[in-house]
Amino acid sequence: MSTVLLTLPDARLEALRRAYDRARGRKRTQTILAFALIASGVTVSYLVADVRIGTLLSHSDRMLDYLVRLFQLENKDPVWTDPVEWFWGIGKWSRLIAETLVIAYLGTVVGTIGAFALSFCAATNLVSSRIARSLARRILEFCRTVPELVFALLFVAAFGLGPLPGILALAIHTLGALGKQFAEVIENADISPFEAVSAAGGTWIQSVRFAILPQVLSNFASYGLLRFEINVRESAILGFVGAGGIGQDLLVAVRRFYYSDVSAIVLMIIVTVAIIDILTERVRRHLIGREQSV
Amino acid sequence: MSHAGGLAVDLRGVSQRHPKLMAGGGRRASWLGIAAVAFATSIAACCMALDISWSRFFNGFGELGRIVGLMFPPEYGTTTRFVLWCKSLGETLSIAFLGTLCAAVLAFPLSLLAARNVMPDWLARFVVRRCLDTIRGVNTLIWALIWINVVGLGPFAGMLAIMTTDLGTCGKLFSEAFEAADPKPGEGVISAGGSGLHRIRFGLIPQVMPVLLSQILYLIESNTRSATIIGIVGAGGIGQHLTEAIRTLEWHEVSFLVLMILVTVATIDFISARIRFAIIGNPPTNDKAS
Repeated sequence: MSTVLLTLPDARLEALRRAYDRARGRKRTQTILAFALIASGVTVSYLVADVRIGTLLSHSDRMLDYLVRLFQLENKDPVWTDPVEWFWGIGKWSRLIAETLVIAYLGTVVGTIGAFALSFCAATNLVSSRIARSLARRILEFCRTVPELVFALLFVAAFGLGPLPGILALAIHTLGALGKQFAEVIENADISPFEAVSAAGGTWIQSVRFAILPQVLSNFASYGLLRFEINVRESAILGFVGAGGIGQDLLVAVRRFYYSDVSAIVLMIIVTVAIIDILTERVRRHLIGREQSV
Repeated sequence: MSHAGGLAVDLRGVSQRHPKLMAGGGRRASWLGIAAVAFATSIAACCMALDISWSRFFNGFGELGRIVGLMFPPEYGTTTRFVLWCKSLGETLSIAFLGTLCAAVLAFPLSLLAARNVMPDWLARFVVRRCLDTIRGVNTLIWALIWINVVGLGPFAGMLAIMTTDLGTCGKLFSEAFEAADPKPGEGVISAGGSGLHRIRFGLIPQVMPVLLSQILYLIESNTRSATIIGIVGAGGIGQHLTEAIRTLEWHEVSFLVLMILVTVATIDFISARIRFAIIGNPPTNDKAS
C-alpha cells in the first residue's frame, strides 16, 4: 500500500518555516533572557548574602552533630530511654503552650473583628466613595506589610513584657491579612440581592446585613480559622522578643545549648500545631461543604 | 410613614397565613444569644488567665501614643548609617531571593515524590509528606537559630533558614499543583509509546510550570517580609538594625527603617505581581499571606 504525501510548493514551505523559526526564536530569546536575569540575580545575592558554600560543607558535620545532640540527654543517652528526664519541664511548658494558644486565639478574635469592620469599607462593590475605600485599603496594607515581630517589639516597649503586646501584634497583622481576604470575598459576592434590599428602601447597613452577610459568612469563618492556624505558629515565636508564650523558653534553651529541652519544646510545638491544623481543617471542610450544599 | 405602616399590616397578614415560616426567629435568636455570652465569657476568661487588666491596657496605649509621637519626623542620622542600612536591605532581598530559589530547586524532586499521580507508592508519599510537614511546622526563626550554630552569625544563616522552611512550603504547594494537573496529556504520551519519565517530562511538567513559577514569585514576596525580621536573632538583614533601634529607643530611626521596609516590600510586590500576571494571566488566589 502506497502512501501519498501531499507536499506544499517550496515557496509556501519556506514562508511557513520562516514563521515557525521566528516563533521559536522569540521564545528562545525570552527563555535566555529570563535565565540571564535569574543568573545575575543569583550572582548578586550570592555576594551580598555572604554565601560560603565551603563553610557549609566543612561544617555540615556540625549540623548533623547538632541534630543528633538534640536527641541526647545531658549524659549522652538517647532521649527516649528516659522520657521523664527529657520532658522534665512538661508542666511549665504545657502552661506556656496553653498561653501561646490563648494569645493566638485572642489575637485572631480581635483582628477578625477589626477586619470584618474594615473589609466592608474596602470592598469596591459596596462603597462608592473612592476616598473611604482607599483609606481602608491603605490601613489594611500597612497592617499587613509590617511584620508581626516588629509590632511586637514596639508594643513590648509600650506595654511592657508579657502576652498583651503579643496579642495586639497578632491582632494588627490579622486585621491586615484577613481584611484583604474578606474584601475579596465580598467583591466576589452576588450584588443583586444588595441592590434589591436597597431598592426596597433598606439602609446601607440593612442591605449589607440581609443581602451580603449571608453570602460571605461561611467564607469569612473559613479564612478566620486558617488565620488562627497561622497565628498559632506565629505566636510560638513571639516570645523571642518577650511578647509571651513558649518562645521565650525556646530561645533560652537554644542559646544556652540545653539540647534535649530544645527538642522537647519543638516537638510539643509541632504536635500542638498539627492538632490545631487537623481540627480547623475539619471545621473548615464542614463549613465549605455546607456552603456548597446550600 | 404611611408606607411603613402598610408594610407592618402586610407583615402581620403574612405571619398569620404562614405561621410556620414566620416563627422560629425567637429560638434562633436565643441560640445566638447563648453563643455570644459563651464567646464573651471565653474572652474574659482568657484575659483573666493572662492577667490583662484595663489599667495596663490604657496605660500602654498612652505610652504607645507617646512613642508614635516621637517617631516623627523619620530620620536616619548620618549618611554612613544610611548606606549601612541600604546594604542590610540588600542583604534582606538577597536572603529572600536566594533562599526561595534554592528551596524551589530542592523541593522540585521531593514534590514529585509526594504527588499521588507521580508516586504510586503510598508509603514513600506518606514519609515525604510528613517530613515536609515537620520542616514547615518549625518556624523560620527557629531554623535560623539552628543554622547560626552551624555557619555562624550573618545573612548566610538567614538564607539557609528561609531555604529550609520554604523547602516544606514549596514541596507541599508543588505536589498539590502536580495532583491538580490534567492527566490526559500524560495518557497521550503513554499511548504514543512514551515511558513513565516521558509522561512526567512532557505530559505533566509543561502543564504545571506556570503555576509553580507564580508560586515561587509569591513566596519571594512573602519571604521578603520574613527576611526583614530574621535579623532579630542575628541572621542578617535589616531586622538587626530595627531591633537595635527599638531596644535603644531611637524612635526617629525606627520609623525611618519601617518606611524603608514598607517601600521595599511594596516595590517587590508590585514587580512580582506584574511578572506573575505576565506568566499566568490572572490575579493570585493564594492564601498563604504571611
